[in-house]
Amino acid sequence: METAFAGLVAIFFAAAFYLMLSRHLIRIVLGVAILGNAVNLLIFTAGRVVRETAAIVPEGADMPPAGAANALPQALILTAIVISFSFLAFLLVLAYRAYQELGTDDTDGMRVAEPAEEPPPPMGY
Amino acid sequence: MTTTPVAAADWLVVAPVALPILCGAVLLMVRHRIWLHAWIAMAGTSLMLASSLGLLLRSLSAGPRTMVMGGWLPPFGIAFTADVLGAAFSVAAGAVAVACCAFSLSDIGSTGRRYGFYAFFMLLMAGVNGSLLTGDLFNLYVWFEVFVISSFGLLVLGSEREQIDGAVKYAILNLTATTLFLAAAALLYGAVGTLNMADLTLALRAQTAAPIHALAGLFLFAFAMKAAAFPLNFWLPASYHTPRIVVAALFGALLTKIGIYALLRVLAMIMPGGLESFGGLVAWAAAATMILGGLGALAQSDLRRLCGFLVISGIGVMLAGLAVGGTDGLSGTILYAIQSMLAMAALYLACDAIRDRGGDISLNRLGGLYASAPLLAAVMLLLLLAIGGLPPGSGLWAKVVVVKAALDHGFGWLAFCVLASGALSMIALARVFLLAFWRPAQAPAASVTPPSPTMLLPLLGLSAAILWIGLLPETVLSISRLAAGGLVDPAAYVGSVFPGGLR
Amino acid sequence: MRTLIFRTAAPYLTSLMLLFSVFVLLRGHNEPGGGFIGGLIAVAAFAIQGIAFGVPEARRAMRFHPMAISGFGLFLSAIAGMVSIVFRVPFLSGLWWSPSLFGVTVDLSTVMLFDIGVYLVVVGSLTSVALSLEEREEP
Repeated sequence: METAFAGLVAIFFAAAFYLMLSRHLIRIVLGVAILGNAVNLLIFTAGRVVRETAAIVPEGADMPPAGAANALPQALILTAIVISFSFLAFLLVLAYRAYQELGTDDTDGMRVAEPAEEPPPPMGY
Repeated sequence: MTTTPVAAADWLVVAPVALPILCGAVLLMVRHRIWLHAWIAMAGTSLMLASSLGLLLRSLSAGPRTMVMGGWLPPFGIAFTADVLGAAFSVAAGAVAVACCAFSLSDIGSTGRRYGFYAFFMLLMAGVNGSLLTGDLFNLYVWFEVFVISSFGLLVLGSEREQIDGAVKYAILNLTATTLFLAAAALLYGAVGTLNMADLTLALRAQTAAPIHALAGLFLFAFAMKAAAFPLNFWLPASYHTPRIVVAALFGALLTKIGIYALLRVLAMIMPGGLESFGGLVAWAAAATMILGGLGALAQSDLRRLCGFLVISGIGVMLAGLAVGGTDGLSGTILYAIQSMLAMAALYLACDAIRDRGGDISLNRLGGLYASAPLLAAVMLLLLLAIGGLPPGSGLWAKVVVVKAALDHGFGWLAFCVLASGALSMIALARVFLLAFWRPAQAPAASVTPPSPTMLLPLLGLSAAILWIGLLPETVLSISRLAAGGLVDPAAYVGSVFPGGLR
Repeated sequence: MRTLIFRTAAPYLTSLMLLFSVFVLLRGHNEPGGGFIGGLIAVAAFAIQGIAFGVPEARRAMRFHPMAISGFGLFLSAIAGMVSIVFRVPFLSGLWWSPSLFGVTVDLSTVMLFDIGVYLVVVGSLTSVALSLEEREEP
């Protein structure tokens, strides 16, 4: 099971990096979204995949039943999902604002902060 | 669950994190009463600095202190562990925060305050202190995200075109770096089954298996990206000159140093074997970072971009200490990081004061400040010496320790690079002094009002700290040596997390 | 979206959802539920109010600015952690207090206070996002 998931994680990472290598901002943002999911799936796989029992302690017991799923990766993923979700929301708004303000979503054209023809400092006075 | 009562003094372990969160919450609640903001933030940062100082004194006298959140014992619960390294960084960060907060009183207007400058500022400090004090790798990721999110808020304060442009590059590259850090943490969890730093130290210090080397490489990549080491540094000069200069001072002083701290904690303490296998790579990256930073600074006419490259050059020196390793190399890194936090914050703030006095930020148009702002000229001269590494500046001793460690361990060429990069930053800053201060004024003076005390006092305070480290280095030197000793032999750190030797 | 049917139904829908969100929040201690998910339900309720009656009306109905609510939530959560300083237990420890009101024992705890804080943070920050997105749609 883990092997199949590992393959899936690899595909996710490949897709994310392929998109992030693009020059267009919207594709980069989509790549970042997939990258977040790739890492979540990676955490899930790294915690070992168990299908039989949910990680809930039954009434009256003080330990989860034998063979229960690992609860820690699920808690980590929940945290990571919330964080990557809020980042994605911010990035989408930022990309939209960048498109409005700079008039392009081509990252090669974004030279407002680093103008290409800035004069060098004077050599003396 | 733990049942032993907690001494009141041990609350200092969480105070530098809890206080700014509390202040940030109050600031969000009173967001329309902007006259209150500055006072709450000043009180909050001062209390935070005081608690960090108390924590440093306590960790010096009683060894590393641990508090486990909610009493859930490690390795399952989240532990906060303050050793000398974390506490010393936290004190330096607190000092920078107090200076920036005081400086912002006259620099951030009502628009910025209504937008939530101080709330973001306090949450950024909570994230910084949380990263420095946490004892759990996943928790470190969470605090990274806390300060990255707050830094986004500060970066786009004002929403100018340049800020949006810089924020795009900053946001995407920082997000990629933290996501890769999370991926590395996930793989580490899969390999070892724990994320508590003390537990990881016990499990990994003796290990030399292949996965550990690969993981060390991933961590190195992710943290080097946060620290802006060559060749992962291009986001820094693209974005750090766009926000308000107070914000840039905070970023330049603190955020990259957190990357260095994470490198020290994760690579030097938890997996020294992994660091050793990448030692050559770190050394080359360090040399390239410092030389490139120095050359980049030479080519800039915008003062803020020049500062950005000097930040990068300093990161190179810190990486050089890391590459050399051992107690002496690591203590050089720590000392350089602490003094560089103070010096970089002061340099950015001085740039703001220069813009305020001279009416411009470009070297092509500045001039005549030596006559119109003599006190500022004195501060700038001290900063020039501190960053270039000459007495009586604080950079001297840090560079002496790094260079001596490099020579002792047979890294002669690295020592040469450290000195060469010092010369390059010296030339760059001396030219600033020559053009902005000594050159006759290019245009009639923009403002003739005397500088406000809220601008001068923080600058003078930071300068006094730099001068103190430069003239009486013994205290800071011994603290950095203790901190490095705690990394090389983490028995005390582990003992504080597992007091009964539970493993 | 301002049809008569929707505008008539929206107040009932909003109040029911808000009530349900509080139920989910309080249920969360021992069963599925909790502050985060309860907060999301409340955000959906405010979003419906905003769609039906316009954003200014929804903001007026909330009385406080969303970010102030979220700040108050953060404050409550931090306080919930700080209470343990009095009882000499570590930060964020769960402390219980079970007073009896009219013969019924009510279990109150700092854990619940923390969860209420999370609820308010989610309500505040996400409502602020939702309302500003709705604002942009209207010309």
